[in-house]
Formats: sequence, structure tokens, C-alpha cells
Amino acid sequence: MADKPRIKLPKEAAKGEVIQIKTLVSHVMESGQRKDAQGKAIPRKIINKFACEFNGKPVFSCALEPAISANPYIQFDARIDEAGTFKFSWTDDDGTVITAEEKIALKA
Amino acid sequence: MKAINRRQAFALGGGFVMLTLMPMAADAEVTGDAAKWIEKFTGGKQAAKGKISLDLPEIAENGNTVPLSINIESPMTADSYVKDVMILADGNPNAGVATLSFTPLSGKAEASIRIRLATTQNVVAIAKMSDGSLFMEQKTVKVTIGGCGG
Repeated sequence: MADKPRIKLPKEAAKGEVIQIKTLVSHVMESGQRKDAQGKAIPRKIINKFACEFNGKPVFSCALEPAISANPYIQFDARIDEAGTFKFSWTDDDGTVITAEEKIALKA
Repeated sequence: MKAINRRQAFALGGGFVMLTLMPMAADAEVTGDAAKWIEKFTGGKQAAKGKISLDLPEIAENGNTVPLSINIESPMTADSYVKDVMILADGNPNAGVATLSFTPLSGKAEASIRIRLATTQNVVAIAKMSDGSLFMEQKTVKVTIGGCGG
């Protein structure tokens, strides 16, 4: 569970270029609808929010429901106007937040 | 691109049957729980057709992980961009799937996720633009093995 999230994006981009970002984080995404061998419901435990910021400005975020597959994969785009740092965060039902950062440079 | 080609091929092959069935499928009412989600998201306003391209497999062998891609036509500038996109699955125990929030910094209103589908059902996407206009698209996915456990 403590696996590092995997994030794929280019190291550098031209000014104004729209780049694609792919993220994958390990998580069971327990839906809360399944039952264990004793017939008891397994409590829900999912990532309920994902957010991506660039230099402190929001780029993309999403609210997730139990209908998201285990190990949520999220792919989206971002327009690069300046060099800077992407911050990613995944918020768990139990309040823990998995975070990651990636830097991107402008093409000379 | 691949999906469109396949769909075209299918439409050609399916011929008359597809032609007669398609309009019905497109206008099918969204049922139950999903209708409430839509009401909450749109505030009761009618969503127009178009702008959204929703890409899902026609037949999903494994409902536990169904790839979904969405792409919405928009210049994505500070004046005109796609704000929120709600994705619903009307046959799941809980119709909500995800709500995507874009900003002008997104550059493109495009995203891919993987979803769970309990059974054969409609997947609905509704987009809210920065000017408040609404667009909707839906697609039926046949599911061979359901993905909500239990």
C-alpha cells in the first residue's frame, strides 16, 4: 500500500504545449458492497479525491466513487506556460493523503 | 480512432437492425439513482447533445476494470472551458462513478480512467461548461462478468 505512485509525464515541454500526464496509485478501492466469508460487509475504503496542481494553481481534480477500479489510473492533460512543479495528491477515505511531485522544464 | 472505425464497421455490418435500434438506444431514459445524480448536478436544466465523445468498449469482458476515455470539444481558455464532468453508471448499486474538474490550465478537456460496472448498462457523461451550458452523452456497455463483487 505504501507503494510510490507512478507518474508519467515529459521532462520538458515547449511553452504553451499541452502535455499528457498518466498517474497510477496502488490502492484496493474497497467498494463497501462486498461481503467477507462470514457474510459481513467489508467496510468501504477508497481514494475519494485526486488533485493535481501546477505551481500552486489547480490543473485537474476529480471526485471518485466506489465505481473506480482498484489501483486507480487517471490520465489527463496540462498546458505548460512556465517551468515548475506538479503536485499530485490522492485522498483516502480514512483521511490519509498520498502525495507526489514532478518537475517540468521549458524547452530551450 | 480505433473505436470509431470499429463502430463504423459494425454499423455497416449490422445494417438495418442497427439503424432502427440506434435512435431508441440514444434516447433511452436514465433510470433510478442516476436520475437523482443528474438532477443534483444540472439543477434540473436540460443538457444538450454533442461536444462530448465518450469512448468505452461495446463489450467489457471484465466489469472490474473497464477503460473509459472522454474528450470534450472546448477551446479551454479562461473565457470558455469545461468546468465539471460527471460520469454515471445507471446500473451500478451506486450510480456515481467520478466527477472530473478541469481548469483552463488543463489545456484539453480530456481524461481517461478505469471504472467498475456491475452489469450491462448505460454510462452517462454530463459536462458543465464555464458559461453554465450543459452537454450530455451516453453509451451502453455490455458486461460479461460484473465488477462489484459480492
